[in-house]
Amino acid sequence: MQSWDEIAHAVGRTRREFLRDAAKVTVGSTLLRSGFARAAALPKQKKVVVITFGGGARDQETLAPEGQENVPNLLRELIPRATFFTQVVNRGILGHYVATASLATGAYETINNFAALPPQNPTVFEYYRKELKRPSSDAWVVAPSNGFNHIGESSSRSFGPGLGARVILPKHLLRAAISSGNADYAHLLRDNYETPYFTPELSGSDFELEQLEHLLKLSVDDFKMHARTLSSPDELSVYITKQLMRQVAPSLLWITMHDIDIAHAGTYSLYVEGIRRTDRLCAEIWKTIESQPEYAGKTTLLILPDFGRDADNDAGGNGFQHHRTGDALSRTTWLIAMGPGIREGVVYDRAVDSLDLVPTIGARMGFSALLSKGRPITEIV
Amino acid sequence: MLPNELKPEMFSSYPPEAKSLVIENLGVLRELPLSFESGLLREVIDFDYKFPSERRSLQRELTNLSHLSPAEKAEWLQGFSAITLSTKLEHLDWVNSPAQFTEQLSAHLWTTNQLDAFRLAANAYGDRLGAALPVEVPAVPRLGITVIGEGIPFYSGQLFRKLRPHGAYFSNVLPDEGLPTLLATVAARAKQHHAPYAHWYIDGGEAAGHDASLAFVSYGALESVRMALLRKIHSETEKPGMGPEMLRTLMAELRPTDLDMKEPGDQVLDRFQVKLLTEGSGTQIFSTSFTQWAAREALRRSEPVTLLVRFAPRQRQKPMNELLSPQAEQPDLDPLGSLIDGDMGAYYNWLNQQRLPGAENAAFLAWFERHNQAVVIGPAVPRGTESANAINMEQLLSWIV
Repeated sequence: MQSWDEIAHAVGRTRREFLRDAAKVTVGSTLLRSGFARAAALPKQKKVVVITFGGGARDQETLAPEGQENVPNLLRELIPRATFFTQVVNRGILGHYVATASLATGAYETINNFAALPPQNPTVFEYYRKELKRPSSDAWVVAPSNGFNHIGESSSRSFGPGLGARVILPKHLLRAAISSGNADYAHLLRDNYETPYFTPELSGSDFELEQLEHLLKLSVDDFKMHARTLSSPDELSVYITKQLMRQVAPSLLWITMHDIDIAHAGTYSLYVEGIRRTDRLCAEIWKTIESQPEYAGKTTLLILPDFGRDADNDAGGNGFQHHRTGDALSRTTWLIAMGPGIREGVVYDRAVDSLDLVPTIGARMGFSALLSKGRPITEIV
Repeated sequence: MLPNELKPEMFSSYPPEAKSLVIENLGVLRELPLSFESGLLREVIDFDYKFPSERRSLQRELTNLSHLSPAEKAEWLQGFSAITLSTKLEHLDWVNSPAQFTEQLSAHLWTTNQLDAFRLAANAYGDRLGAALPVEVPAVPRLGITVIGEGIPFYSGQLFRKLRPHGAYFSNVLPDEGLPTLLATVAARAKQHHAPYAHWYIDGGEAAGHDASLAFVSYGALESVRMALLRKIHSETEKPGMGPEMLRTLMAELRPTDLDMKEPGDQVLDRFQVKLLTEGSGTQIFSTSFTQWAAREALRRSEPVTLLVRFAPRQRQKPMNELLSPQAEQPDLDPLGSLIDGDMGAYYNWLNQQRLPGAENAAFLAWFERHNQAVVIGPAVPRGTESANAINMEQLLSWIV
């Protein structure tokens, strides 16, 4: 039997072969431009946008030949302009909230995935704001469900209160705007596919509406009218993200996608539809980055799934439906990195830990992530 | 409490046959590590409601464990013995609530980073057990049939892409009398090789006329049970303090009578159907999820020699709270999405069939209902081949039966 590491490595190699054909990329080596040259290429006003390609998608529906039809934008628009890491390994708990919290802290969190709790370790937002003395308006999270309400700020004593990111929950915002049940918007309020019977209730609609009008410069009527044209919660998130980028232009912006997690309901067609939508939305965000003066030429975009999903050949799971077995495919994902100073069309298949994200962001933006357990990804810092 | 403290009276709430099984094997049960034992008791407690093949497997596993020397037992179970448990876990009532215990154990394994070690231990034990016990080859080579695409007038996309490399793809199947021919084939096998729960028909909608000797499950026939379950979930989630774990525990304890399955039917099959709805994900709301999960569980648990699965259109996606609300009106259907669900479901049905003993001789057929596309897989079928010749269902079956 192959060891876990062998399987994970094979997955990475396989991805690289797919990409070489599909996206016309080259294989990275040690012949990199020096770190000094990359630093010289970085603009002074650095911004970072992170997208979690959520809630986990497998090779055969994305990068393998039979899945490439589902991610045309990643393959044709983004990966050729990016450095691509084929093996990002998540060794933590494979639940969406706790895994996203781990990505945001650079330490494997052990908080209850289904409880409304802050991460235990300092988040990337706290490191950024504390060390660089940035205001709260400069770090934002756009999160998919009410359960992510505490993702922006940890319970760490040396960081924590007042140093976190502002969290915007588009669904909560919409609920506040429509004030009562309205069938026109119901499709945008889908929440938490893993425990579909429970949606944590949040109070405070006044604050939400204030965000809408004062920060995002959106009237309740305009917001409602536009929301009616959207088809999913992630589309709503991206709409809010674009508005946030236009009106506030935060330097550190984190967007968590979640439509794909409909897979938990066991419907393959809806899962694939979620992947296609997420693929399209990632490209939309990149276009927004390129078209806005506040972001163009100075923004690093990092796209990665929080984790994968169970393999078809693991009898302990039920294929694409869940991420419960902890097998190699459910733990192994990828990372797209693009922006100034990052090589284009290059693929690395060395193993990277998902905890490496935070120190990498720190290295690119100029702060240290002292308590993170990861290491900066040298090829892109 | 730990396994070495077990006493016969602790199993007083177990159903009669399960209790007897425990008493017979109490000696070995006292010697097992708790991380392993809880999983075993989870199976034992349901012994009275298990399918014959499951009962045989469980009895053989316990006999095998009993016959291992202390040194062998230590070697077989060393991976489980190395798992560290919390005192809180040890104090849970794992004897009477093994399912709830294993759920807590799972959370513990994730948070203490022991899940991979547990997986390794479970795989190693499973491999040893598989090698030690004689393989139960089926009396007749297995036959799996999956029918997809009911209600689709036209589809131009490629179907059965994952199955084609394993068999022959036929693009000119004459669809007339297709389903009746398949049902007749299944019925004939049930008559010729009669055994309880050996021949199944699972339908994702309203069932077609079928032979009464088949073990039969359908999404349509369970509508009142599904509605009763959704009402129960709805009322429970309204209660203050109710959370996901508590709800799962409550659902796991539901019995057929709790869900208006009033007529005294087949206890084993009734329990099986309730578990499909209470333990499956999405099975309560999407017929395609129900059908795939029912087929998976039927294959895993009863190891049938014949299984006919027919997917039907599921309801269109709506917000979860709407889908989960018991509603009387006719749902809006999504036939195209259901075809894609069924296509993947057919592949999973084949994969799950191939996990059973006798896989090398097993046969499989997948057909796009009322249309021309089908795939057959079997020992005599050349892999990765295609045929555009006109062929009817009987001729198609002759490739594999």
